[in-house]
Amino acid sequence: MSTLQHDPRDQVRVLDEDGEVVGEIPDLSDGELVEMYRQMRLARHFDKRAVSLQRQGRMGTYPPLSGQEGAQIGSAYALDEDDWLFPSYREHGAGVVRGLPLKQTLLYWMGHEDGNKMDEGVNIFPVAVPISTQILHATGAAWASKLKGENRAFICYFGDGGTSEGDFHEGLNFAGVFDTPNVFFCNNNQWAISVPRERQTASETIAQKAIAYGFDGVQVDGMDPLAVYAVTRAAVEKAKNPEEGQRRPTLVEAVQYRFGAHTTADDPTVYRDAEEVERWKAKDPIPRLEKFLRNTGRLDDEAVDGIRQSVEDEVAEAIREAEAVERPEPSEMFEHVYESLPEDLREQRASLEALREQYGDEAFLRE
Amino acid sequence: MATQQTTTQNLTLVQAVRDGLYTEMSRDSDVLVLGEDVGKNGGVFRATEGLYDEFGPDRVIDTPLAESGIVGTAIGMAAYGLKPVPEIQFMGFIYPAFDQIVSHAARLRTRSRGRFTCPLVVRAPYGGGIRAPEHHSESKEAFFAHEPGLKVVIPSTPHDTKGLLISAIRDPDPVVFLEPKLIYRAFRGDVPEDDYTVPIGEAAVRREGTDISVFTWGAMTRPTLEAAENLAEAGVDCEVVDLRTMSPLDRETIVESFKKTGRAAVVHEAPKTGGLGGEIASIIQEEALLYQEAPVERIAGFDTPFPLYALEDYYLPSVARVEEGIRNAVEF
Ligand SMILES: Cc1ncc(C[n+]2csc(CCOP(=O)(O)OP(=O)(O)O)c2C)c(N)n1
Ligand SMILES: [Mg+2]
Repeated sequence: MSTLQHDPRDQVRVLDEDGEVVGEIPDLSDGELVEMYRQMRLARHFDKRAVSLQRQGRMGTYPPLSGQEGAQIGSAYALDEDDWLFPSYREHGAGVVRGLPLKQTLLYWMGHEDGNKMDEGVNIFPVAVPISTQILHATGAAWASKLKGENRAFICYFGDGGTSEGDFHEGLNFAGVFDTPNVFFCNNNQWAISVPRERQTASETIAQKAIAYGFDGVQVDGMDPLAVYAVTRAAVEKAKNPEEGQRRPTLVEAVQYRFGAHTTADDPTVYRDAEEVERWKAKDPIPRLEKFLRNTGRLDDEAVDGIRQSVEDEVAEAIREAEAVERPEPSEMFEHVYESLPEDLREQRASLEALREQYGDEAFLRE
Repeated sequence: MATQQTTTQNLTLVQAVRDGLYTEMSRDSDVLVLGEDVGKNGGVFRATEGLYDEFGPDRVIDTPLAESGIVGTAIGMAAYGLKPVPEIQFMGFIYPAFDQIVSHAARLRTRSRGRFTCPLVVRAPYGGGIRAPEHHSESKEAFFAHEPGLKVVIPSTPHDTKGLLISAIRDPDPVVFLEPKLIYRAFRGDVPEDDYTVPIGEAAVRREGTDISVFTWGAMTRPTLEAAENLAEAGVDCEVVDLRTMSPLDRETIVESFKKTGRAAVVHEAPKTGGLGGEIASIIQEEALLYQEAPVERIAGFDTPFPLYALEDYYLPSVARVEEGIRNAVEF
């Protein structure tokens, strides 16, 4: 039976909380396994630094991802070169795996429009802040790709809260009807800001919602990067090359936890207790994979130390680069509104420039 | 026995929202609050803080994350005799509920020929200037003012906030109540502890003047008043009118003020094109053309998507831009 044909209430696992093997190790080379671990460490360290930048007033509101590295890196790692990724707003880790420089993520949360500009060849859609809106775009893009006769998979991330929006239903329903090559990846981190998962749906699992759309739904231990990889890989392969009678789309529910606040503007102690957080911290995906890699001789102290150093350097360099970027020119807000700027917008832009000339930038900037 | 005295509290605007909700919920058991994170968390801006403990989970309801669901079910509740006050976490996320608001809340009375009504208040923080992420800074009051059947209210002081919110909750028709989050905590003001109302549809003259009428609302009221004080030093005497209700507009106060000054400017952070500045200019044309000495100056957000926060200070009308616009109208 395929990994995807589980009872949706039955979580797929490969490693237990102590890094012991309890499932089938996916077909990844030693180098790839170690690289996955490194990416998770990178995401964790980036997160820590980003929160601290916000605290120091060097960055705006930021949504942390700590605890969710296993789901992000495990899933993004399962994509092929040509596949596409549709993020929500928390997939900084998945983005890196797919070629999005950390500097871009920093710039976006520092309020620079350029942070949302993916380089050519980086198959990532812009961050989607309005919840679940990206699901329909992922479905439409996958549909278009299928109509063009391509063979690509489209992964789309959203949260447990996101499954309550109408767009979730519409996106998955279209995907089922038009049999689009999508992997709908729900990061069920138990909370939508202060609202617990049970308040989003009376359904026992999110995975089982797929049954109603006519395709596979599978629940995976989202803090087990290897299980996430295995499930996502199977979903990606099925999206591209379904067997007779299989539907291309899959809904993956990755059960996990965000260790920190919803965003730096949130105080989780108001709505959840420390004991719950501790319980989930015991499932931390990073030590879990590290133990497995050490136990199987793929990693030792020296390598771990090297990785620590390399991720610290990489993040420090990204911060240096992002902070070296100057505040964009105010006239940039008029760019890319249309392909060619209408006359009255040209006039508005000119009036802004004239005012800056006359009064200086101090007349605009608050604080 | 001493007569009961009205005591006042010194509250921020967001505390006045909370106080308005608290006051009406205490008075009327049909009033309930629903939305995302409004319960235990007390709202992401703390506008419903403590209400969950006070009134319990049946009246302060954390809903699933679905704006159409929140407003659509509130419409059903309102038609069925309750007085729901749904909260939309940020105005930028109101769009999933747009269909419910404009196709149903606004028209239930008309469509049922008065059999059903929709006395609900959709609350949402709006506006820029708080270094918020994408989609968290928009001002789209004009979308709703354009819709017959809705009332649209935007307070700018703690006192008005409580009084207008209570009026909105007691109003027999649906009200979109937009809260200027830039000034949620910017200053405090006296707010009576008792219940009181500030009528919907009445503007407030914040500064009397003779040279020009400047119409504004919400978070733009403060920079406009500041510009007016700066201009006073240069000999320009501005009248500043805080409209407070965007629909129905207080035509009488607008026209009366304009007839006195003969010149007008409108300040809003929403984009210029299709913004309410155009509506106000039209009212002036219709009712006071012969008094008009200069074109109505519109000082507004640019016709671009609201930029990410690195540039938001350039997008929002600053004191300097307001002064410049007023001068244009005065020196015409
Ligand atoms: C349409 C919409 N409504 C509300 C919000 C405000 N908001 C941002 S994140 C969030 C909770 C999201 O929870 P979930 O989908 O579980 O994702 P998580 O943040 O936990 O990853 C809310 C209510 C929004 N961004 N978009
Ligand atoms: Mg969540």
